[in-house]
Amino acid sequence: MVSVRSVSITPSSLTPSDLRWIIEHREDRCTLCGNCTAICPKGAIRLAHMRQRVPALDVFNKKRGNDYRTFTGIRQETDAAKLCIGCGMCAMVCPNEAITPIPGTNENRTLFFENRKGEPMKRGGRRNATGPTLLDRIVFHRISMLTDPALDAGRHEFTTTTTLGRILSPEEFLERTVSGGWIPPTREIFPFVIGSMSFGALSPNMWLGLLQGVAYCNEVLGLPVVMCTGEGGCPPWILRSQYLKYIVLQIASGYFGWDEIIRAIPEMQCYPAAIEIKYGQGAKPGDGGLLMWHKVSKLIARLRGVPEGVDLPSPPVHQTLYSIEESVMKMLQTLSMAFNHQVPVYPKISASTSAKSVLNNLVRNPYAAGLMIDGIDGGTGAAYNVSMDATGHPIASCVRDCYLELAKYGKQNEVPIFAAGGIGKNGNVAQNGMAMIMLGASGVHIGKYMMQAAAGCLGNEKNRCNVCNLGICPKGITSQNPKLYRRLDPDKVAERVAEVFMSINTEVKKIMAPLGRSQSLPIGMSDAIGIADQAAADRLHIQYIC
Amino acid sequence: MCRLALKTAREPFSPYEVLTAMEAMKEGYDGSGLGLLLRGMEFEDFKYNPRFPILSGIAHTEKAWHRMTDYMEEMEYELKYDHRFAMRPELIEAQDRFRYFMRAYRMPVEFRDESDDLREAELLRARLALRKLSTEEDPLTIFSFYPDVAMIKEVGWPMQIGDALCLHDGQLKSRVCMAQGRQNTNYGINLYACHPFFIQGISTMTNGENTAFVPIRDWLLGKKFAGYTGYQSDSEVFTHILHYALKQLKLPLQAYKHIITPLSNKELANHPQGDFLTGLRQVCKRLIIDGPNAVIGTLPDETSLLVMDQKKLRPAMVGGRDGVWGIASEMCGIQAMIPDRDASLDFQPMREHTVIIPPHRKELEIWSQYDRFPLPLAA
Repeated sequence: MVSVRSVSITPSSLTPSDLRWIIEHREDRCTLCGNCTAICPKGAIRLAHMRQRVPALDVFNKKRGNDYRTFTGIRQETDAAKLCIGCGMCAMVCPNEAITPIPGTNENRTLFFENRKGEPMKRGGRRNATGPTLLDRIVFHRISMLTDPALDAGRHEFTTTTTLGRILSPEEFLERTVSGGWIPPTREIFPFVIGSMSFGALSPNMWLGLLQGVAYCNEVLGLPVVMCTGEGGCPPWILRSQYLKYIVLQIASGYFGWDEIIRAIPEMQCYPAAIEIKYGQGAKPGDGGLLMWHKVSKLIARLRGVPEGVDLPSPPVHQTLYSIEESVMKMLQTLSMAFNHQVPVYPKISASTSAKSVLNNLVRNPYAAGLMIDGIDGGTGAAYNVSMDATGHPIASCVRDCYLELAKYGKQNEVPIFAAGGIGKNGNVAQNGMAMIMLGASGVHIGKYMMQAAAGCLGNEKNRCNVCNLGICPKGITSQNPKLYRRLDPDKVAERVAEVFMSINTEVKKIMAPLGRSQSLPIGMSDAIGIADQAAADRLHIQYIC
Repeated sequence: MCRLALKTAREPFSPYEVLTAMEAMKEGYDGSGLGLLLRGMEFEDFKYNPRFPILSGIAHTEKAWHRMTDYMEEMEYELKYDHRFAMRPELIEAQDRFRYFMRAYRMPVEFRDESDDLREAELLRARLALRKLSTEEDPLTIFSFYPDVAMIKEVGWPMQIGDALCLHDGQLKSRVCMAQGRQNTNYGINLYACHPFFIQGISTMTNGENTAFVPIRDWLLGKKFAGYTGYQSDSEVFTHILHYALKQLKLPLQAYKHIITPLSNKELANHPQGDFLTGLRQVCKRLIIDGPNAVIGTLPDETSLLVMDQKKLRPAMVGGRDGVWGIASEMCGIQAMIPDRDASLDFQPMREHTVIIPPHRKELEIWSQYDRFPLPLAA
């Protein structure tokens, strides 16, 4: 018997069956081409020489013995730093279907070791909550059967745009029209906005592919899609181009990229679609943005005005300000003024039980162009695991409460609410978005869905991949390493963006037509939605159906 | 689907004439009820002063009747005339109809020299207060309380109801009559859900369904204007939107069409007042209707109007001659009301039109949304 001391066992020693993802390798199919080990972003597999016993039978002498042969095979690493993330790139490049990761069915013991060096686990991605979301379960049930003919999604004209920007009350609008007063700027946009993902969090190819797709949607398809930069600025040439009008520039507590933006203002050919001031994020409420050093490349450092290769954590709060009221008041006014009061400026907050109070502040602020609320199912490029998994508030009830609060005072047309966080997380993007719109949102932001649909992001709710923070994105979506992001063809991303929005537009019409709506987006049409869940129906003030 | 008929003439006529139009169109609706609005009143047995507000409604029990009369006395409304219908109650389907009333009052002393706005506000207040006097045991239904306007609503075939109230006897005439032939069957039967709807002299009736009802209703409720209440029918908001546009925003009648069915971006880009109308569309976005609807309305000055939904998904037409005009869902309806007209001049409005029959009733005004908007401030 081998003595225990001669085997290397540490407290964190694990076997493959303890892991979240287990590599299944078929030696009989493997040609030892090495593609899988070369592409694995984590180095989770390696070619290894192994020894195998072969029975040696001496039939004539009636003796049994052993022979040994050595062979080269695939071995999975069990070191916590090199754990398989289930991305499946090995299977994607294998010419022979010899290898694939499968989810471990044993308890996931790696969880207990994700705090090496005293550092809790950080990752990118999502909350990892599987199953249908509340939005997935909402159905559109007020079918207009009383009046014939119903609308035809294919033939009739539909208005599928929404308004971004502060809208005056009709009385105020007429009064200011007569007196020549300031009428706040607004934009008619497609209600599905590409959510804030920064140039930095995303690779240059991904970011530019998205923008190229957005421009195509606007200029060729006639769909006024806009995208938000996230905190990290915008390449200088874009700031001075006509494409800026498709972009919502985000400012957050790190003010990254704003040197470039402010410098570019006098040279701008057009104004941006809007300015988003980020106070909070759904995936990691109470936490600032985080771009880990792996991703701070020369280009990113130049855009953000920082040294290369350092962590870029934004503070949780805007340091120069004391409270949200002050922030909202000062920053909205300042930014509105910076763009000559011609650009809508709105805050983004994380969904919270206190969202209504922020909203009440905004209603009284004439410069507030809307409110963007990001729910717990939102994604992020990097955050602490515990923030992502356990902190936050779901989006549906938060937006519904805010909408009903506005409706109580007849202000629901004046301050548009945008919702984000889990829209389309199971693929039902148009259905989820329209459910939010009927709950009271003027539009939705989609981030993860766009990464998955437009660029083939491999992340899922079972913690697959989710290494956006490390800059090793195997698809090149969230990496700043040219070797990785060259895998992603921006033209192909743009093509997918156009396909996605064309399809969303058709599905939106397919949802609106049976409800008898075509002239305006059915914002707050809560009589049209139902859910087979009494508690949720009561909470959201919609119909329980069964 | 509802059938609608409106007749407007310089000389007062019997509402029964409009019921014949409803009868002509009877294949198109289920005849489940009648809603009637009369404007420009003439009573056979009373010389009516058009400044006196007329209270119309139904007292379903004697108790409810007394409650109503007591309240009016208490508020110091002086009864000037109490119209008595020559009734044939056996023709009425409903059982609990103690009395249909049309009573002309002189307003309390303190309001007699007040501005029209204040007088109207008081009439609205009184009408809503009277509605609240209704109880489950002793229901009281109040249709309108306004000078020179009377209303009747009842369940049953329009012609049969006309016979039951002996509307053919010439006791009651008006210069404008709106009729609609269906109880609201979208939701439960409720007299308040029957078109036409009325608020401060403005009235509309509609065929079709208002799919955008809930967001519009929620927005109007948020305005906290006392009269924006009820909403037993999805079509009541059409009346309130017209009221909001004319009385609250003080916009010209043409704005109504721009509010409920605004032009598209492309169309507004080529409109002489595109900027203003784009702004108007935005601020009144929650009042956009989807249809399918044809909306027929009348105003206190006896103007009549007809507008279609944005896709013209419902039929309606207008025809007539100098002095007499009719609007109906079908051509046979107009034929029944005004046979001696040149039918080749009948007009079916398209999606961009607002048909206006002005009080002089000489000729129609057909106004298009593409035309210049008649508002000096938008110029």
